[in-house]
Amino acid sequence: MIRLVRDQSAQIKRASEVRFTFDGAQVPAHSGESLLAALIRSGHLHLRDAPEDGAARGGFCCMGLCQECVVRIEGQVVESCRAMVTSGLAVTSLKART
Amino acid sequence: MTEHVDIAVIGAGPAGANAALAASRHGLSVTLLDEQSKPGGQVWRARSAAILDAPSTPESAAGGALRQRLQNSAVARLGDTRVWQIERTEDGWVLHLLRQGRVEQRRARALVIATGAREFVQPVPGWTTPGVLGLAGATALFKQDLTLPGQRTVVSGTGPLVFFVAAEIRRLGGEVAGVITPNGRGDWLRALPAMLSRPDLLLRGARWVADLMLAGVPIHWRHAVSTVAGDGRVAAVGFRPLDADWSPVGAERGIAADSLCLGNGLIPAVEAAELAGVALEHRPELGGWLPRRGADGETEVPGLFLCGDGAGIRGAAAAEIDGRLTGLRAAQHLGAETASERAALRPRYARAARFGMAMTALSMPRKGLAELTTPDTIVCRCESLTGGVIAAEIAAGAGSTNAVKSGLRAGMGACGGKFCQTAVARMIAAAEDRAEAEVPPPTARPPLRPVPVSALAGEFDYSDLPIPKPAPL
Repeated sequence: MIRLVRDQSAQIKRASEVRFTFDGAQVPAHSGESLLAALIRSGHLHLRDAPEDGAARGGFCCMGLCQECVVRIEGQVVESCRAMVTSGLAVTSLKART
Repeated sequence: MTEHVDIAVIGAGPAGANAALAASRHGLSVTLLDEQSKPGGQVWRARSAAILDAPSTPESAAGGALRQRLQNSAVARLGDTRVWQIERTEDGWVLHLLRQGRVEQRRARALVIATGAREFVQPVPGWTTPGVLGLAGATALFKQDLTLPGQRTVVSGTGPLVFFVAAEIRRLGGEVAGVITPNGRGDWLRALPAMLSRPDLLLRGARWVADLMLAGVPIHWRHAVSTVAGDGRVAAVGFRPLDADWSPVGAERGIAADSLCLGNGLIPAVEAAELAGVALEHRPELGGWLPRRGADGETEVPGLFLCGDGAGIRGAAAAEIDGRLTGLRAAQHLGAETASERAALRPRYARAARFGMAMTALSMPRKGLAELTTPDTIVCRCESLTGGVIAAEIAAGAGSTNAVKSGLRAGMGACGGKFCQTAVARMIAAAEDRAEAEVPPPTARPPLRPVPVSALAGEFDYSDLPIPKPAPL
């Protein structure tokens, strides 16, 4: 089939794979990418529960404004879209129950 | 420690970066601040360190060229820096910054604000479900991390962005389950004369649409997403036909998908300009509420200049030239002679702005779209406030966004109202049969971005706290 927009995914070269944990689960990622991108790619979309109604929430604006994608790293609440993956990082969700 | 510079520029997108470069060429000391680690803004966002190599795109090439020019210039760059408060002093400006987890201050004689835009998403039932990303938000994911929102994505929204996002998903190897756009084919035909000023961009957009058609991706013109279904993650997207005013009419249909990119145009990010003392005016043809400005970015506030999408949505091509004009105007304010240089640039700016404003006209939501927000729909994401709760507050007399904010906390949550205030203002206007121009956004208040208490408190030891001796009994 003719494609006017070619699939270039095979031409993307990424840094070697590292792992971090999200609520204890191993997540494959690439050093230096955004935490949110790595979480989305591995299917971890539900990152927190809304404080008022407990509903599932995850990344939305992807640019550090909406605060929907916040997670906990070393006790600090950080925007996962603005945090960088490093090998061995321990990330926990802000879910009421994990 | 407070450093003094001639000009501080907030925002390193095409507008801010070019303002910094233009002023720097006239020998002024310029500091360029941005919350991203690398310059480029949202439109030319840099790739992450995890991408070792990837095919070039027009956006990556333009961003790369801009970053190279900054590298070769005398502009001082402060990345990963958030401005959370702006104060005017007798001899200039004090910027309160958040950098590396700490607060600090910078002083400048003149200030250029180029804070760009954020997107407007009309709330629909289920839009808070994980797997729903903003349409512009998805482009950040593509540009920085070359990552897809999911395996099978519905792309929905207004203007050219919806087709850019669909094309990027296909370029990165993903599947577009369907494109849903409130614009009709006739809207695009009417924009054609203005688009002829940039045949290159017109051709690029036409390729995106033709590619989707060849691939058999359904394009639902004059439709909008009406519901998102899924427990904890997106499972299906419902959509309905719209009338000429974009009111939903007719039955809902559904598409199975694991992700949705949803956006309805851009809104100028005006809070920084407002904190700096500029009054707002309503200019729907430029994206809604704007800080008032004159020629070449000047404002009524001495030493304050504005440029780029934050001063009216005109797109990246116009923002570049607007930035240069504004940087030169700021340099003039500090004694440089730049009048003839600016006069030569203005015709180019007008041409680029014409194209950009045609895209803004396509992207701006029409009135009926607000009807997608049902009483059960969450409008304020931070506080989980529904349309019904906000409507009741308005009916009880809350006739301004400030009143709704103080009554319900809609706009007082973590995002600072960035994703609910436009919808709330339109609800007030509709309920009280007033013009949108009569319902301004709530008064901007610091912090412009969340500031952790630890950054404000700094490092201290409890033993350092002075505790007065107990009074003798």
